[in-house]
Amino acid sequence: MLRKGFAFAALGLALMAGPALAATTNEEPADVHWSFEGPFGKFDKEQLQRGYKVYREVCSACHSMNLMYFRNLGQKGGPFYDPKYPNPNNNPVVKSLAHDIQVKDIDSDTGDVISRPATPADKFPAPFANEPAARASNGGALPPDLSVMAKAREGGPAYIYSLLSGFKQAPAGLTLQAGKYYDPYFAGDLTGSWHGVAGKVPEGGAISMPPPLADGKVTFDDGKPSTVKEEAYDVSAFLAWAAEPKMEERKAFGLGAMIYLLIFSVLLYFSYKKIWKNVAH
Amino acid sequence: MSGHSTYEPKTGLERWLDSRLPIIRFANDTIVSFPTPKNLNYWWTFGGVLSLMLGLQIVTGIILAMHYVPHVDYAFNSIQRIKRDVNYGWLVQSLHANGASMFFLAVYIHIFRNLYYGSYKAPREVLWILGCVIYLLMMATAFFGYVLPWGQMSFHGAVVITNLIGALPIVGPSITTWLWGGFAVDDPTLNRFFSLHYLLPFMIAGVVALHVWALHVPGNNNPTGVNVKSKEDTVPFHPYYTVKDGFAISVFLIMYAVFVFYLPDALGDAANYIQANPLQTPQHIVPEWYLLPFYAILRAVPNKLMGVILMFGAIATLFVLPWLDTSKVRSMRYRPTMRLYYFIFVFACLVLGWCGAHAPDDLVIPNVAGPQFLDANLNSFVWLSRIGALFYFAYFWVITPLMGLTETPLPEPESISTPVLSHPASAPAGAAASPEKRG
Repeated sequence: MLRKGFAFAALGLALMAGPALAATTNEEPADVHWSFEGPFGKFDKEQLQRGYKVYREVCSACHSMNLMYFRNLGQKGGPFYDPKYPNPNNNPVVKSLAHDIQVKDIDSDTGDVISRPATPADKFPAPFANEPAARASNGGALPPDLSVMAKAREGGPAYIYSLLSGFKQAPAGLTLQAGKYYDPYFAGDLTGSWHGVAGKVPEGGAISMPPPLADGKVTFDDGKPSTVKEEAYDVSAFLAWAAEPKMEERKAFGLGAMIYLLIFSVLLYFSYKKIWKNVAH
Repeated sequence: MSGHSTYEPKTGLERWLDSRLPIIRFANDTIVSFPTPKNLNYWWTFGGVLSLMLGLQIVTGIILAMHYVPHVDYAFNSIQRIKRDVNYGWLVQSLHANGASMFFLAVYIHIFRNLYYGSYKAPREVLWILGCVIYLLMMATAFFGYVLPWGQMSFHGAVVITNLIGALPIVGPSITTWLWGGFAVDDPTLNRFFSLHYLLPFMIAGVVALHVWALHVPGNNNPTGVNVKSKEDTVPFHPYYTVKDGFAISVFLIMYAVFVFYLPDALGDAANYIQANPLQTPQHIVPEWYLLPFYAILRAVPNKLMGVILMFGAIATLFVLPWLDTSKVRSMRYRPTMRLYYFIFVFACLVLGWCGAHAPDDLVIPNVAGPQFLDANLNSFVWLSRIGALFYFAYFWVITPLMGLTETPLPEPESISTPVLSHPASAPAGAAASPEKRG
């Protein structure tokens, strides 16, 4: 670690003559429209519900969401919010969604590790017990936690959408290792795997995740046709919500704050003009 | 201006207190009756903005500290918990994180205003130096604070900056280990950074008190740079400047609110939403925007130690500025040539910031393979940083002393009131500002 730190500092600080560090490339994420864009944008609840289903039935096989609790699904602004149940722990939909999932617990009488159906107060269980287990099941790669994924990548939900729906057959001249897949939206450097025309290395990278979505992979409860694009779109929106469940509260609060500050500024401006009226300055 | 006091205790209790602890008199003299030049423009309102920002950062910071967990395993998630589960935690956290940027924006405007109007010159050298101390403390506080969320940028930024100390000959590595509290940036480092991040703002508040004290001895400079000659030149701070500063602060808050409510992550780095991983170094490590110019100076030099010396030298230079400036004329309004250099200087600082955000080897003009010059491509950010850094130092160490000796300044007005009263546009209504007023 120490040596690594020093080595990095030396790299970063010393100016290097000659070739630059190999830079990663990727295609710009697609220009997607979201219901939650802009100062007044809100999440589309139906979309979040579909997105949750995609996460639950597809993504959650490998990806944890350690910051999410089932109760979040029923809180204000969440996919299953119901004004009849201001306390999401009482929301029957959330209860039943949680109940579908088994979580580990300790039997308080015997101390044994048991499995029981989740309650709204439980966290989303992680698919793997620990990092080595996750890597062992995924060809050495670690599926990242998705709780704040929509904020942890440049481009946010548009990046996730593009990545999930953008898998391509590796172009001729690109030889990928077994267990790697070509995605032009995944940041990477394919120079080493490229045998085509020099200088024409394709943009993008080799990702360890096989294309996770397929047409009809998830059956949406609202009857929406489940194309790859639709699944990717909905799960990206769901992840955007999960990364910031308080977004709607933030924007609503912001509107009040802006109106207040604007009125306050106008009042102060005229007070200023009045007070300074007789001072030449 | 010192020694004036118009305070008259009105009640028995006030008289009793005034002869024991004249704190009401002090407050009155400082923020009520304090005679202030009447021609201050909006660039002067940032002192008020800064006081507010310091207060806001301290208040929001104290609340965040109640919920934050300074431990490598929990720090990242505890910030998320604040944003998700603490009542209005998303608001307090966003105010604090974006507040740091607003604080620096205001302090930079404050410093550039000072440079333009020559406020650092006699008799305000101590005031200026105290300001430099505040700025230095602010940078340290911001750096410590940025480490606390324990994201990828937090961690690797901390590694880069603490490693700079290691560049010192002989003692460097030992000091670095001592700073880390171990052999790498780890839990002890996070704990002490949290402790220092909580401590330094109160030190800033202390130096701010000295800064205000040092301001109230010579009083405010003003856009003409001419000393206050008579009572005609001033107005009492309250209500004239409380209302003007209040208006400016309110407008500043609107901009701040735009970031807090609509662009909460615009000034941050996406990589800081990934929990710190010592084994995975991000491709580009960049500091927050307000430290970028210094980062560019650091990387402009091939030798690490020299880079560190120059980076700290860039700040140290500010401390001696009052003695580098040979000109007796304060305001650049009356120094047309120097004013030109000043604007180039502002531009150079922006360019340095731009350089700091890019990898040194990136091309400035894309797709143009510039010629190799010495150790790097002439079209790379390395060379642009070098030009920027050269101008930065030349401005203070060459241009400022020489211009004072060689330039012919324009005639200064006799007093603050003269240019105002003789100006045709300044009707008693006071609505029209003088054209050179920069607001």
